[in-house]
Amino acid sequence: MLQNIVNALVLGSSYVMIAVGLTLVYGILKILHIAHAGIYAFGALFAVYLCEIGLPLVFAVTLSLILSALLGMIIYKGFYKHVLDRGRIVPLVMSVGLFATMEDLYRLMWGPYKRPFDVYIDLPDVMTMDLYLSSRGLLMLIVTAVVIVLLYLLLMRTKLGKSLRACSNDLGLAGAFGINTDRSVAFAFLIGSSLAALGGILVGLYDNTVYPTMGSVPSYKAFVVVVLGGFGSIRGAVVASYILALVETFVVYYFGFLLPRDAIAFLTMILLLMFKPEGLFGKVRR
Amino acid sequence: MSLDYFLTVSVFSMINMILALSLNILIGYAGQVSLGHAAFFGIGAYASAILTVKLGMGYWPALLLSVFISGLIGLLLGLPALRVREDFLVLATIGVNFVVVSIFNYVKFFGGPYGILGLPRPSLFGHAFTTREYALYVFLWTLVVVFLVHYLSNTYLKLGFDALREDEDAAESVGVSSPRYKMYAFAIAGLLAGLAGNLWAHYMTVVFPDNFSFPVSIGILTMVVIGGVGTLVGPLIGAIIVTILPEVLRFARDYRMLIYGLIIVFTMFFMPKGIVGSIKGLIFGDTPLGKKRVEKVRRIAGAQGRIAGR
Repeated sequence: MLQNIVNALVLGSSYVMIAVGLTLVYGILKILHIAHAGIYAFGALFAVYLCEIGLPLVFAVTLSLILSALLGMIIYKGFYKHVLDRGRIVPLVMSVGLFATMEDLYRLMWGPYKRPFDVYIDLPDVMTMDLYLSSRGLLMLIVTAVVIVLLYLLLMRTKLGKSLRACSNDLGLAGAFGINTDRSVAFAFLIGSSLAALGGILVGLYDNTVYPTMGSVPSYKAFVVVVLGGFGSIRGAVVASYILALVETFVVYYFGFLLPRDAIAFLTMILLLMFKPEGLFGKVRR
Repeated sequence: MSLDYFLTVSVFSMINMILALSLNILIGYAGQVSLGHAAFFGIGAYASAILTVKLGMGYWPALLLSVFISGLIGLLLGLPALRVREDFLVLATIGVNFVVVSIFNYVKFFGGPYGILGLPRPSLFGHAFTTREYALYVFLWTLVVVFLVHYLSNTYLKLGFDALREDEDAAESVGVSSPRYKMYAFAIAGLLAGLAGNLWAHYMTVVFPDNFSFPVSIGILTMVVIGGVGTLVGPLIGAIIVTILPEVLRFARDYRMLIYGLIIVFTMFFMPKGIVGSIKGLIFGDTPLGKKRVEKVRRIAGAQGRIAGR
């Protein structure tokens, strides 16, 4: 029981990291940003690469996060920004194309195989009678907790956070009130992308493998979280991540391996969309 | 290049044409963006596989029944569309795709990850189709589908779809029942995709769950969008390009997916209306370049009119 809850917490933390960026982007631009998972994979792969050429872990992670953030901003400034006024399907297809391109680039650069993330982490393993949590899992929980607190402070207490919330409410109106919306959106991409990369690194550490297509499943699954969280609400996305992880873990535990967990997640999403289309925490929008 | 290779590529492009046309009815006509079209495709293929292999039916009754079943399930899977719109629908259909594929994968009845083997090729008067004859057979079906879709484009149904696509509330206000037309769109799309699935399954003679996974849906969407959403010729051209491109790019073996992805991105960048849409824009003056051209033609025509001294 306790073990299941802890497993679900670890899983949920990995969802939080990738879903926050998606929620930020969706909340403001209403784009289904599938290429987000490309950045998730990039963060992990690049960090492993830097570790392999001998940089210390902290430095490698920092550098990888910065580069991922820049990559996210390039995707916005170079691609999405120019197609925003062309309906919703154009950015979506573009995003799919970008994601395919990115995955293939990683394969060409770093090879198609799975690679271990071999670093030493200075944390103890948690081991009691009915609970096992590796040091890497513990790291994941701690980092995620810190990130959630920082994110809350950023969104609620700073001017940037205020402008982000305003943009997410109504982009046009925010612009009319003198907020530099273009800069805010760029910041949303910066923050979201670095968080996705951090998520990739943490998952890579926890599973001790990274590979070019590691973003394929999270890319679409993270949208389940965005839907559950009510499209654009960060708080909703965080809560929904953990709820989804708990539901998945316990369904698999109690009902056996009837369907893979991804299918359970999507089934939950379809049911929710059918009966409560505004999401668990969303406001009703007309 | 052997004949068999050529035939296989052309059979695939024709099946893709049917798929693209069917998705185009949903996206281009009725405005319901679906990212789970491979699920419909897979349902057609699996229905036919089960009917012929597991239940020992002949090909022709199985064809009818499997297409009918796909249409029915299409109708069922269209139900979420009655509740949700736009991006929500996109996500719901992605979900449908994942769920359908994992049902194929995890339920024993559907053969699990090893799929179903040994589908028969169709036969007529005791003569089983050879590859060449099968290609002709697929070609005939493609013609039928093209004419069917062309016929639909000139019916009242298409007007209803247009109204639905442009504005659901406005359509309701003039008496176009949006649930009804959505169901029509999903049923027709399901029927056509089921037909494509049937043709594909009996060409390959095996079906695996992976053949109908999410990337396949993306591929079908790409065909429609690259060709031109909402046109009749666009999806056909798109299907040919998307099928043949990987074959043509075979010389660039390692960079295939990369080039493929980049082509998608840059088509969206420079021709967001697809190839046919852009050409139409050029002729009728919807795009900046086209507008310039049309104005020039008007100016010249006007000048000539004055010279002629009306």
